[in-house]
Amino acid sequence: MSAPPTAPRPIIDARGLWKRFGATPVLKGVDFSVAERELVFIIGPSGSGKSTLLRCLNRLEEPDDGSIHVDGIELLSPRTDINAARRRIGMVFQGFNLYPHMTARQNVMLALRKVLGRGKAEAAGIAAAALARVGLAERMEHYPAQLSGGQQQRVAIARAIALEPRVMLFDEPTSALDPELVGGVLNVMRELRESGMTMVVVSHEMAFARAAADRVVFMADGQKLEEGPPAQIFGAPRHERTRAFIRQIDRH
Amino acid sequence: MDEFLFAFLNGEILREAWPILWQGFLYTLALSAITVPLGLLGGLILGLLSTSGPRAVRWAAAAWTDLFRAIPPLVLLVFLYAGLPFAGIDVGAWGAVAIGFFLNTGAYYGEVLRAGLGSVPRGQMEAARSTGLSHGQALAYVVLPQAVRNVLPDLVSNTLEVVKLTSIASVVALPELLFQARQAQNATYNATPIVAAAVAYFVLLWPVVRVISRLENKR
Amino acid sequence: MGGLDSFLFSFFNAKVMASYLPMIAQGLGLTVLLALLVVVAGLALGLALAVLRCLGVRPLNLLIIFVVDLFRALPPLVILVLLFFGLPAAGISVSGFAATWLSLTLVLMAFSEEIYWAGITAVPKGQWEAARSTGLTFFQALRMVVLPQALRIAIPPLTNRTIAITKGTALGSVVGVSEILGAAQSAMSFSANPTPLTMGAIAYLVLFIPVVALGRWIETRFAWKR
Repeated sequence: MSAPPTAPRPIIDARGLWKRFGATPVLKGVDFSVAERELVFIIGPSGSGKSTLLRCLNRLEEPDDGSIHVDGIELLSPRTDINAARRRIGMVFQGFNLYPHMTARQNVMLALRKVLGRGKAEAAGIAAAALARVGLAERMEHYPAQLSGGQQQRVAIARAIALEPRVMLFDEPTSALDPELVGGVLNVMRELRESGMTMVVVSHEMAFARAAADRVVFMADGQKLEEGPPAQIFGAPRHERTRAFIRQIDRH
Repeated sequence: MDEFLFAFLNGEILREAWPILWQGFLYTLALSAITVPLGLLGGLILGLLSTSGPRAVRWAAAAWTDLFRAIPPLVLLVFLYAGLPFAGIDVGAWGAVAIGFFLNTGAYYGEVLRAGLGSVPRGQMEAARSTGLSHGQALAYVVLPQAVRNVLPDLVSNTLEVVKLTSIASVVALPELLFQARQAQNATYNATPIVAAAVAYFVLLWPVVRVISRLENKR
Repeated sequence: MGGLDSFLFSFFNAKVMASYLPMIAQGLGLTVLLALLVVVAGLALGLALAVLRCLGVRPLNLLIIFVVDLFRALPPLVILVLLFFGLPAAGISVSGFAATWLSLTLVLMAFSEEIYWAGITAVPKGQWEAARSTGLTFFQALRMVVLPQALRIAIPPLTNRTIAITKGTALGSVVGVSEILGAAQSAMSFSANPTPLTMGAIAYLVLFIPVVALGRWIETRFAWKR
């Protein structure tokens, strides 16, 4: 490893990622790494490739070129068992993507049973604990349609953390929520961060980024334009594009 | 009036024909119990190929579906039963029915399931895969249950059509309800057995028709 | 004879094709005629029943629902056999053609009534109210405001159902109608060769593939306009 011995070893290490949709390149050779227990925010205008980058990190998108190591596993190698790798990488989606035909508890239990092979009782216990952790102990037997957007997103977080992932990816987790429901989801994310979870977050919640992020990455046109601690990116951005973007976000 | 009752609702003839009609009824149930799963299997294969296969495969699945939706099932059945033996392939009446229903009702089920699979948002598959489920597991536990639920009225309605369609097996001399009724009619020169068969079909399938109406009104 | 030669001899025999082409073509003509008569009568009767049902006369509606359920539950072949072999016992003789036409018409009537009715009930109540509030009579409101919207909703399922039922014209072969399948089966027994069956299948494809494609097109077209 080329990193100096004092720095924590990167748990995510992506190099030279290229991704095209048809003829349009959306990632143009992006390097991206995350240290253990780090919370990295990715910001940027829409179409900048930030969601695509995130989705490459668990191979929901297949990069055309480059390499990705997560927790020491070469994600893009054909020999890698992608299903085994993915359960170490939790993902939370903008649209929640809860299974509508299952209760909150069943949503959390499915992968515990089918991927980890846990028994029914054990899986139910783990699911109950995960749901309690996101503040939904009372809503375990509710179906997604009976829950508010914020509650659904917290179930989705419980579904991911129940598998005890090494890393959590958040793809605009609060963008689909009414403003008054955002706080509950951010509280859960804050609690996760305090427990030492490594997190990569694509989001426009700048206040949360300022308060909780270790590092902010600004992307535009499929490239990483600059990165640094929140104070630097928000306070003294070096790049003109970054400045313009932050001015625009702050106005809203 | 008496003449009408004698010809169509003749108690004596009904008593006489009852045992073979009952056998035919059971045969129809057995035929349905075989053809419905066969059709569903064919439909599932077509539905999956036409939604998640490569482009060429999807195109081929659609063409296949249209082909077997365009050929009347009776034509298919006669071809399999009476045509194939000329080429030295004798699949028998059962074989002809099994293959014919697999092809014909498979195409119809395939069309229904294709619509169902298409109605499940892509995020469902992604969420399932992101928790480490394999493609097959995600299909089985997450996508298919929702697909089936979304097109349940069409699935039930298609199943009704399949059960009704088993009556064409009488043409290849399988002793199902209609065949037995016609045998009895030929033996007695009386239409009562056919009326009885129609009543039996109605009693069996009317509840299904009601259920379909309910399901359709709900959505 | 090799495998392929024997296959071609059996199913694509040029000599048999040439001599029985007129027979199959006649069958095709009869199928088209039968299908058109079924479609026109079945769709018209179905619409008539749906309009009657709009009147909201309870005993009448129960009767309509029963008739519709009856012809949805019974296999077309059973209806056909009942009409063709049963009616003569009551002193009414019908030709195979008439029996086939009548049974398929009744089936299409039942299925199309259900689809029209679903379309009519899908039109918001406010449409009725708005039309009546401008002084239109019940039938004017139905004809000019409600039915046009209901038909739009009904067309895709109606097309698919009509195609499926029209294919039932092949059942006519069971009661001696020389439509495509009947003609092909006769030709097969004359020639002792199944090539006519192949021709019959091709005739159905020529007839129905465009219709199936049309159904598919209508389905997508109406789907994204909704």
